[in-house]
Amino acid sequence: MGGILLLEDGRSFSGQGFGASASLVGEIVFNTAMTGYQEVLTDPSYREQIVAMTVPHVGNTGVNAVDEESTVIHPRGMVARSFSKRWSNHRAKGGLDHYLRAAGIPGLDGVDTRALVRHIRQKGAMKAVISTDGKPAAELLELLESWPGMAGRALAVAVSTPKVYTYADPEIPTWKVNVLDGGCKRNILRLFAQTGARVRVFPALSTADELAQDADAVFVSNGPGDPAALPEMKANLQSLVGELPLLGICLGHQLLALSLGAQTYKLAFGHRGANHPVKDLDTGKVEVTSQNHGFCVTQESLEKVGARVTHVNLNDKTVAGFVHEEKRVMGIQYHPEAAPGPHDAQHLLLERFARFAGHSKGA
Amino acid sequence: MPQRKDIQSILVIGSGPIVIGQACEFDYSGTQACKALRELGYRVLLINSNPATIMTDPSVADATYIEPLTVEFVEQVIVREKPDAILPTVGGQTALNLAMALDKAGILEKHGVELIGAKPEAIFVGEDRAAFKAAMEEIGLVCPRARTVSNMADAEAALEETGLPAIVRPSFTMGGAGGGVAYNIDEFRDIVSNGLDLSPVTEVLVEESIIGWKEFELEVMRDMADNVIIICSIENLDPMGVHTGDSITVAPAQTLTDVEYQTLRDYSQRIIRRIGVETGGSNIQYAINPMDGAIRVIEMNPRVSRSSALASKATGFPIAKIAAQLAVGLHLDEIDNDITRQTPASFEPVLDYVIVKIPRWNFEKFAQATRVLGTSMKSVGEVMGIGRTFDEALLKAISSLEGGYGTSQDCTDQQMRERLAIATPDRLPAVFEAMRRGMDATEIGRLTGMDRWFLGRMMDIVAVENTLRGRFLSGVSTEELHAAKRMGMPDEHLGMLLACDEASVNARLRAEGIRPVFKRVDTCAAEFESHTPYLYSTFEEECESGDSPSDRVIILGNGPNRIGQGLEFDYACCHASFAVREAGLTSVMVNCNPETVSTDYDTSDKLYFEPITAEHVGAIIEKEKPLGVILQFGGQTPLKLAHRIGPVLGTSPDAIDLCEDRERFNNLMLELDIPQPEGAIARTPAEAQLAATRIGFPVLTRPSYVLGGRAMFICFDQKDFDSALVEALAASENNTLLIDRYLQGAVEYDVDALCDGTDVHIAGIMEHVEAAGVHSGDSTAVLPPVQLSEINRRRIIDYVTRIALRLEVVGLVNVQMAIQGEKIFVIEVNPRASRTVPFVAKATGIPVAAIATRLLLGEKLSDMDLEPRGAGLYFIKAPVFPWGRFPGSDVVLGPEMRSTGEVMGIGWSFGEAYAKALIAAGMTLPVEGGVFLSVIDDDKPLLPAIAGSLRHLGFKLYATAGTHAYLTKSGVPVELVLKVREGRPDVVDHIKNGKIQLIINTPLGKKSVMDEQAMRLAGLRHGVPTITTMEAAKAVVAAIRSLKAGELRVIKLQEIV
Repeated sequence: MGGILLLEDGRSFSGQGFGASASLVGEIVFNTAMTGYQEVLTDPSYREQIVAMTVPHVGNTGVNAVDEESTVIHPRGMVARSFSKRWSNHRAKGGLDHYLRAAGIPGLDGVDTRALVRHIRQKGAMKAVISTDGKPAAELLELLESWPGMAGRALAVAVSTPKVYTYADPEIPTWKVNVLDGGCKRNILRLFAQTGARVRVFPALSTADELAQDADAVFVSNGPGDPAALPEMKANLQSLVGELPLLGICLGHQLLALSLGAQTYKLAFGHRGANHPVKDLDTGKVEVTSQNHGFCVTQESLEKVGARVTHVNLNDKTVAGFVHEEKRVMGIQYHPEAAPGPHDAQHLLLERFARFAGHSKGA
Repeated sequence: MPQRKDIQSILVIGSGPIVIGQACEFDYSGTQACKALRELGYRVLLINSNPATIMTDPSVADATYIEPLTVEFVEQVIVREKPDAILPTVGGQTALNLAMALDKAGILEKHGVELIGAKPEAIFVGEDRAAFKAAMEEIGLVCPRARTVSNMADAEAALEETGLPAIVRPSFTMGGAGGGVAYNIDEFRDIVSNGLDLSPVTEVLVEESIIGWKEFELEVMRDMADNVIIICSIENLDPMGVHTGDSITVAPAQTLTDVEYQTLRDYSQRIIRRIGVETGGSNIQYAINPMDGAIRVIEMNPRVSRSSALASKATGFPIAKIAAQLAVGLHLDEIDNDITRQTPASFEPVLDYVIVKIPRWNFEKFAQATRVLGTSMKSVGEVMGIGRTFDEALLKAISSLEGGYGTSQDCTDQQMRERLAIATPDRLPAVFEAMRRGMDATEIGRLTGMDRWFLGRMMDIVAVENTLRGRFLSGVSTEELHAAKRMGMPDEHLGMLLACDEASVNARLRAEGIRPVFKRVDTCAAEFESHTPYLYSTFEEECESGDSPSDRVIILGNGPNRIGQGLEFDYACCHASFAVREAGLTSVMVNCNPETVSTDYDTSDKLYFEPITAEHVGAIIEKEKPLGVILQFGGQTPLKLAHRIGPVLGTSPDAIDLCEDRERFNNLMLELDIPQPEGAIARTPAEAQLAATRIGFPVLTRPSYVLGGRAMFICFDQKDFDSALVEALAASENNTLLIDRYLQGAVEYDVDALCDGTDVHIAGIMEHVEAAGVHSGDSTAVLPPVQLSEINRRRIIDYVTRIALRLEVVGLVNVQMAIQGEKIFVIEVNPRASRTVPFVAKATGIPVAAIATRLLLGEKLSDMDLEPRGAGLYFIKAPVFPWGRFPGSDVVLGPEMRSTGEVMGIGWSFGEAYAKALIAAGMTLPVEGGVFLSVIDDDKPLLPAIAGSLRHLGFKLYATAGTHAYLTKSGVPVELVLKVREGRPDVVDHIKNGKIQLIINTPLGKKSVMDEQAMRLAGLRHGVPTITTMEAAKAVVAAIRSLKAGELRVIKLQEIV
């Protein structure tokens, strides 16, 4: 049946319902990756967001269990120009329609997503409601107004693991990493495991002592929402700074920056896609990277606290990575684990993080 | 790293004449490269034998040589211009091969010239199958398993590796003769044993069959800092087994998950690094088994390719331009993305639309050749459709084919299954027809090997058709219409379904406000603002076309390239656009051909990548409200719309009609008192017979309203006439035939003229080397004429002037005439840009198309400088034919055009110019050896002079009985050889044994005798040039004389005064 995407500023887009019949509210964002809708749907960083895919067709390759980045669908809805009822891929186990329906997540098909993207680009990410169950406009508006938005909400805590677990435990680990889970993507853990590491995963609100226990390094994961809304995590990390090497990706990178005393800010409409060029200032090489973040660390604040910017996003010159040599902290704003996206930066997870951890320990 | 300062001048090698597999996409890439290098401050030198290109315009490079692409001529250019480097990666396989040959001959080393873009080692590994395969194994990737064997035992052993079915390919057989797919061991033994017999080196390749696997391509770029990016992924709708140039392709790839796509991306990075392409673009092809995802690397092109051109147009990322910039040392992150202006080129384009490319074939011109598509490319052009969905892009691509798409409505179910199973141009229409008849997608998928995702989307299209078919337009709801338009269904098709005409559908859509909007191709899915209005239509909410600072002029392009309508028209359209810009107006280009310069985003102020149909052009006019539309530069495609769109700039549509309508045209010639060959219009076979009897043989028959002399025949007798009648009627759209006296022995002239309504300027008079009867597009022509008397020249000018003024031509007019004895006949008048416009512009130095455009915009000839250059020089245009691609078709020239491209030879004598033209066209002009002569009786009187000259030049002469007798009688010593079937050794044996280096054979009538054909084919296979007219024979003698005298010197276009 007919559906609608209603934005906070009054602009609306109509389309056809897909997936679950529901009305859900979230922050509208767009992703420009041309493959990997299933990875996007299962990425915890999309918590409480409605994702518009700019690639015209989604659903083409169905869904399978291997390509999931977590066990549940995180966004509140998915918007596309054209959902495909039929799929074709030798690994597919089912279709996207059913996948969304089973999760209670609505999809909106037939949307002028290009107009939507241009709108978000000009006006910034904003609240939106996706509705495919025919709810009257008044109720949708009410939904919009009642939703608190992303700012100030500790979403990372909500998506974190409830208890500690061991992801990989080789007999003779090459190194030991404790992962602080704020919505960690599976592929990060997979890649750590590939390095021969022992990987243990900790709930978001674990204490500094718990985190530091029997580890060569603490890794702070990616995750949803505003880093400034996580004072407890920041405090815990602050007390770890200098104690052992700290590594971070995305939200983790932002939290580490905050714990060093640097500042974050919200980007107008974020970076979400699989084609962002990032320059490694040490090697001069450019990596095409997978990105998914709405917040960013300011360069001046990093420099002020003695950190060095190591990676720059070439599209808008924002900070894409930093190192604090003395305090042994390293943050990467984008997603070396890809999934979806290019593997150009996987070496960070496969080599550089371990080296950073190992080197500091050995020195 | 900043750009290299140690090199100052760079030689760019073009791709030469348009041939199948190497078309105008290399004009696009070469032009981009030249422009980019000049912007960086380099002195750019260019060599290309193709005059119909934008790149050979004197303003594109600092020094331009329209010379043959051979080692000798390039060395001459190197000696004269002393370049520091050669860029060989933007001129197709021709440039790459030439660069390798230069390297091998030691010329690069001798003159201290460096290859940039790709090193010889990288080119070798990329191109050599065995070396490539070994390289792939080294980096852990798999090519199709294959082994070359020379006996049965080894062949059977090879099966252990490949399994059955296996593909057997005999080495060095023409067109893969003797090869095949073996499904069982008996079949395998049969094919291998036959193949070993047929192979001249007793060798066959036994290869794993990956027929039916899915085919993908990735376009890859790398810079000197080893940054590697993927520009585009392309998925072939046709599975493995059909050449990618003959496949329908889709971008971006639609049936890969991220895991699989990233695997291909990783492989591509490894491959480009291993092959060692230092900088620039490469194209890598993969096959994927749809059952289990197994991947095979098929091949890599270490250069800018046809697919790169498609990828550039599909993404907006200018691959050739950036490849040139990388070749001189710039890094990707040091180059700006032109479209966003704020982001660097070191990213990967993302698409929020889908493109579909469909090839365009010309099989109808090669009646004897098979239509089956395989591993050798046969298409002559392509169209690209852009839509927001695959469905819309596919339907727009089909619209762009201008009805060249066909249907399968008339076939039986059994025939349809064959059409699905065997790849031919009929397959796509057969897929739709099968769906309409209710065949399920699984079965269609099984027969075609097409992925079910694509088939599913096509089923959706057929489902919409089914809901509409047979209803009245008035009964269809707005929502239904809107849905059909959103899917991309053209008005014309809706009219067919709803039993009304296209105009009624269009009127209803307009009345209800169902109008397209225009979206931008911007490399970034709207994430950043775009500054280039590169647009396509779709039925959505928001329009991004944007306003223009000045009045708009729309230029309609020529659509897909085909024989008779190719690059020459794109050249003219580009110049029209440049002239419109120059005049301070906004130029708006409409075209659907991804291979062209006209569809480059910076050629015009605005680019609409759209089908050239009344519907799509109408919508653009509605949006742009232009001063006018220019349709006289795009060939027949835009002219067909003359009455349906407007306002048309220049010559009135009625004048165009007047020339196309035979009766009106005859009256006009009568009125002007200008003679035409005696002729008649026939609407029935009886009328045709009557006309032929009245006129008397030989006659020329043809359908009215066709392109490139389709189904045009010279009939010498009743038998010829009977068979010609059948074919001509079949090809005629309105059952109207034209029967004319054939002017035997006449000399033909092609005249291009400019007219502003008051004055006429003769831009160029070209004289055909062959006698009348050979299609003008297939003729060799010389400018200035060498046989034309002053009085006849004046009469030609007088006729053309009176015709142009009477037709009130504003712009260009092309008149074809023939002089028989002392009588001049007008054969044809085309009040539009002709195929020869770029040639005339190059030969005279007058920018004919630009001037014509200024006339359309209201300027006057009297205000222009029209002084031609090049006095004392001869310019020859020679055609290039695709015979090798169509084994079985005869190589005789006739009134039906079959050449795909042309070259130009420039010389201080006719012989020099002709020799260069022939060499540029790929002919191995002999300087010694044997010449075989066999001519018809009518031609015999001319033969002794030619034969005598050849003997004088040191050739040994051979002739068949009749010719032998005549020559002996004339006192020319000649050796007798047997015809085919007269006994052995016959002439074919002599050709095969290398005793004959040149064949002069004028054929009997239209249907050549079988043995003559066998001889010409043997000549083709062994690279022995075949001359089929006496006029050309005379010219060849002059050319050989020049060649032997060592007179062939390169001439720089910029130094011609």
